[in-house]
Amino acid sequence: MKTVINNYIREEMFPNIWCPGCGNGIVLGAIIRAIDDLKWDKNKIAMISGIGCSSRITGYVDFCTMNTTHGRALPFATGIKMANPNMKVVVVMGDGDCSAIGGNHFIHAARRNIDLTAIIINNMIYGMTGGQYSPLTPTKKFGTTAPYGNIDQSFDLVKLAKAAGASYVARGTVYHVRQLTSLIKKALNKKGFSVVEIISDCPISYGKMNKMRTVVDMLKWIKDMSVSKKAWEDLSPEEKKEKFVIGEFLDIDRPDYTELYSKVMEEAQKMGVSR
Amino acid sequence: MNKLKRNVELLQGNEACVKGAILSGVRFFAGYPITPSSEIAEGMARLLPQIGGKFVQMEDEIASIAAVIGASIAGFKSLTATSGPGFSLKQENLGFAIISEIPCVIVNAQRGGPSTGLPTKPSQGDMMQARWGTHGDHSIIALAPSTVNEVLTLTIKAVNFSEKYRTPVILLLDEVIAHMREKVEIPAPEEVEVINRKKPTVPPEEYFPFKPDQNGIPPMANFGEGYRYHITGLIHNQKGLPTSNPQEIDSFIRRINNKIQENVKDIIIYEKYFLDDAKIALIACGSVARAAERTVKLAREEGLKVGLLKLLTIWPFPSEEVNRLAQQVDLIIVPEMNLGQMVLEVERASRGNCEVVSYSRVDGELINPIEILGKIQEEIKK
Amino acid sequence: MKERIEICLSGAGGQGLILAGIILAEAAGIYDGKEAVQTQSYGPEARGGASRSEVVISNDSIDYPKVIKSDILLALTQTACDKYVKKLSKDGILVVDSSMVKEIPSVPAKIYQFPITKIAQEKLGTKLVTNIISLGIITGLTKVVSMEALKKAVYNRVPSKAKEVNEKALLLGFDIAKDMKLKEES
Repeated sequence: MKTVINNYIREEMFPNIWCPGCGNGIVLGAIIRAIDDLKWDKNKIAMISGIGCSSRITGYVDFCTMNTTHGRALPFATGIKMANPNMKVVVVMGDGDCSAIGGNHFIHAARRNIDLTAIIINNMIYGMTGGQYSPLTPTKKFGTTAPYGNIDQSFDLVKLAKAAGASYVARGTVYHVRQLTSLIKKALNKKGFSVVEIISDCPISYGKMNKMRTVVDMLKWIKDMSVSKKAWEDLSPEEKKEKFVIGEFLDIDRPDYTELYSKVMEEAQKMGVSR
Repeated sequence: MNKLKRNVELLQGNEACVKGAILSGVRFFAGYPITPSSEIAEGMARLLPQIGGKFVQMEDEIASIAAVIGASIAGFKSLTATSGPGFSLKQENLGFAIISEIPCVIVNAQRGGPSTGLPTKPSQGDMMQARWGTHGDHSIIALAPSTVNEVLTLTIKAVNFSEKYRTPVILLLDEVIAHMREKVEIPAPEEVEVINRKKPTVPPEEYFPFKPDQNGIPPMANFGEGYRYHITGLIHNQKGLPTSNPQEIDSFIRRINNKIQENVKDIIIYEKYFLDDAKIALIACGSVARAAERTVKLAREEGLKVGLLKLLTIWPFPSEEVNRLAQQVDLIIVPEMNLGQMVLEVERASRGNCEVVSYSRVDGELINPIEILGKIQEEIKK
Repeated sequence: MKERIEICLSGAGGQGLILAGIILAEAAGIYDGKEAVQTQSYGPEARGGASRSEVVISNDSIDYPKVIKSDILLALTQTACDKYVKKLSKDGILVVDSSMVKEIPSVPAKIYQFPITKIAQEKLGTKLVTNIISLGIITGLTKVVSMEALKKAVYNRVPSKAKEVNEKALLLGFDIAKDMKLKEES
């Protein structure tokens, strides 16, 4: 059956390399539906990724795509956007990719408020390398490098993005697909740095080590742990501990970096070519 | 020629690099402050926005080269500048530019190392890092000017080579050259040869982004121009998609090496001083070549038949020229501000045809002509 | 004039020696039409610390860009004087700021002493022009560059609001050097 998805993928690249039940495919579908809704010109879309399972997404879509180095997708995307502000630049990252090795780039892309959309697929684990814990693995959960339970405190990407200066920040899940698609659409449409963190499942690595052996177990867990913003306020700190709040957390207007730079160019040109 | 508007200015090496970059069409710079290269970033920050170009100070050295590669893909000729510690950090994405065949220029104003080393003092300690700093089999182009004028002309060459061969090019300065001021005759824009990347001539549906033309170099479509394709740091096929086919892997790796190795005649630049009748040759580059040139004059005054091969292209290494020289002379001395890096290549290229000795200095001071002369005399006595 | 003149301007960071070297090289290279190279050596400090600026001037193209033996050495601090006098040519010229350099080395070179920093402060109200007075002195003593070229280079390199005081400084230095020369000759 052909769907709208077929209009946006490189069919020769399928079947994809993702494990059965992986949330990456759901995210891919949501991004494509959001872009299709926006009726964007495929020639003007650049999708950039780093390294990890999620980063393979750029190989599957029929845009100008680039699968860069681990953690560095945002600075590559920054160069593209600066050189050609007419491009719509979408950056897809994994949790380790974005928040560990790419953590500094994430903060600074948000600080500049450059007009990029950062989509972070958070499956709470390094999947491609076999299940090591990441900065987004919840405390006490298990990974191959946290065989006695993770003692690290995890990042809250939503708070991080807000504090660093993003214009739009949301969190969705691969269980709540309709909401996810609409969050992505809003993020794509936002001028400035927009962030959507997506809670996703990795049944093979994360699930197996954390007593959720099947895809259904994992998705059910995501469903049970997700709380809307309104319900979140009524929870006690104890109840909040293992849960994640989903929805929209920030939507403000602030000049984006390419706009500000075009003013610099105007100013520089007024001053003329000096020595 | 005299009608062309040429300015003569007293320029610093780093300033000449900025001028050369702009003349060759560079319109994007991303960088991170580091001594002794910061004047390049400062010059770019001031000049680029005046001429429709863009400058970004990134959060670190890795991000700088990433942004440079990104801007190049979107159609801007791009350059970044750094020194040893930053050059180490840039190796990761230098490899990405090599495998994805994205034109860009990385300037390394060498200072003493390892690590923080000697921030304000010259060195030539990164000769081998320029060649092999990033992992995996690859070829690289690296140029090393020895005058401020050459900084300007070789920056233009570097940008041109990067566009022509779709590869990152390294410009190796050292602290002396980077900060030295000399008279530079700035060419008029119309007399500068500017090479632009070859664009595809086929429509998008027939475009194979990594299919080489007859010269082994794939025409490059910029993002946003109607050609949609994939770029990846994974080994890829001609469509740009990841491959695990051994044949495709092999031919890809060989091609990105051969496109440089098979064009050494075009890429290799050197200058000869008094080599015609020389029995002793000096081989040097960068600021050390300035000392060696003086040594040749001093030696000739003493009746010694000494000449100099000044290398402007370091990588690919001019093995053929060095081999020819080794057959002519009895002795080659390689003065370097390191413990003997280029001398290894000279030894290899000489193939035992003459004696090769190293002269090293690593105390942060430029080698002077008198000490090279002393080394010549010492070797003659042996 | 000798084929190749090597000049070393030495002192501490913040005394404007690098700018002085640039001005001297620009005067010789651009305005007098000779060849000139300026190099520098400095420490990590923006102010204080040892600083030296070297200028080589020649009628021919310049190979080695650094000073081997200075023909002219300017020393604005005791430390710099003690350090760089070792590289002073035996028929060279040493110019010291006697308000800073108290121990004059015994070397065969010709030695000139002027309280440059003091003169700057007293006559022009700012130590900031010590470097430019020094250039005036060097030119007055040696004619290594023409005064006209030096003036143009100063104009080109100092900020516009400081042009006047720097021109005064240049002339002041030139005059005290000339007075000294006259005294010598008489």
